[in-house]
Amino acid sequence: MRPPRLDQPFVTGVIETAVGPVPRVSQVFSTTDRLGAFKVRWGIRRMQYRVDAGLYGIGEPTAESPVFVTANYKLTFDLLRRAIASADAWILVLDTLGINVWCAAGKGTFGTDELVERIEASRLAGIVDHRKLILPQLGGPGVAGHEVAKRSGFQVIYGPVEAEDIPLFLERGLKANEAMRTKDFGFMERLALVPMEVVPAVRSGLLAAACLFVLCFLLGGLSLSKALEWLVVPAGAIGASILAGAVLTPVLLPWLPGRAFSVKGLVMGILSAFSVVSLVHGISMLETAVLLVSIPAMSAYLAMNFTGSSTFTSLSGVRKEMRFALPLEIGGAGTGLLMWIIALLGG
Amino acid sequence: MRPMVYLKNVVTLAHTPELCNGCGVCLSVCPREVLQRLNGKVGIARRDACIECGACQRNCPQGAVTVKAGVGCASALINQMLGRKKACCTVGD
Repeated sequence: MRPPRLDQPFVTGVIETAVGPVPRVSQVFSTTDRLGAFKVRWGIRRMQYRVDAGLYGIGEPTAESPVFVTANYKLTFDLLRRAIASADAWILVLDTLGINVWCAAGKGTFGTDELVERIEASRLAGIVDHRKLILPQLGGPGVAGHEVAKRSGFQVIYGPVEAEDIPLFLERGLKANEAMRTKDFGFMERLALVPMEVVPAVRSGLLAAACLFVLCFLLGGLSLSKALEWLVVPAGAIGASILAGAVLTPVLLPWLPGRAFSVKGLVMGILSAFSVVSLVHGISMLETAVLLVSIPAMSAYLAMNFTGSSTFTSLSGVRKEMRFALPLEIGGAGTGLLMWIIALLGG
Repeated sequence: MRPMVYLKNVVTLAHTPELCNGCGVCLSVCPREVLQRLNGKVGIARRDACIECGACQRNCPQGAVTVKAGVGCASALINQMLGRKKACCTVGD
């Protein structure tokens, strides 16, 4: 295990300690940091957005300063860095392969073994006099506090869920209240996750539209204008489904009826399908049926995929939801496709 | 606004009072206030709020809390069904 590199853009110097130099991180959240955060929200080089694992310092840390443990996903690291910008502290970064704390804890990379090994590799015991580590509470699924204590001598203290509550947590003598202990899923958080839903959905949507275009082109006797005219209904259905299932359902999640995400997406999809039908003119009954069947089905599917981004679903629940929803979603989209082809051949 | 709750009566969470010594570490790692202390004893108070993250099980020194831990993510399950390795991880921060 190598110590973290000093030439990372957020490192401003070194702190001399009893066991050697430790990189000092900037207390300023720069334009580069902001731009990087924006890019990963849109899925650009997300898996490469990492910092080196190992020990860092912020401010003027001493042997008494608190030690915060975090993941090496830079978005996560920056959230912590901003939360403790005015503190003097140590930051122990675990190698989670560039994944946030909660997901990494679920996979076990933010885990007991990695933590114990990183404590030893960074020679933390020679740098601080106390034996306490503050972990993000959402690291709990991966780290067994009692085992860490047994193996490293360091006591794990679970901090608040959100990094922004750390100053208050420190003020209260390392005690978190109920609000700091619970994970909510607010409007802004859902909004921030929308791009990650839309980007892959649009990618699949464009691929599907391209395939349908080729089909139209062949069925329409190699006429480009006819193919484009025929493509309007399915392209509209795909677009309306993405808007309903990947944008509106996540944003309006708490206000949509039903508990299963696919039910919420279905409701949004039905609303969206009727809006589309009322807006377009000059399409046949069968084409209207295509829109009314396929949009709710595809919207339900996209909404179901949002379970992974949400913070209140369980594996058992998602399994149950998929058992009834997936066949209906595939069936609905398939029926829509079939009716559309029949409409083309008949018209 | 009240926190959102997913499907009813599905989770695999179980608490064995005979093994529990009441240390309360599970209460401090649960992000959903599922486990609570009532009259000095730890118990399951909000079962349907449980997301099966497994933090309570992992941190219980007594083995008194058990759950089949996993991630409630449809796309990961679909990828698994299709034989693809790609997991699911978009939870922001």
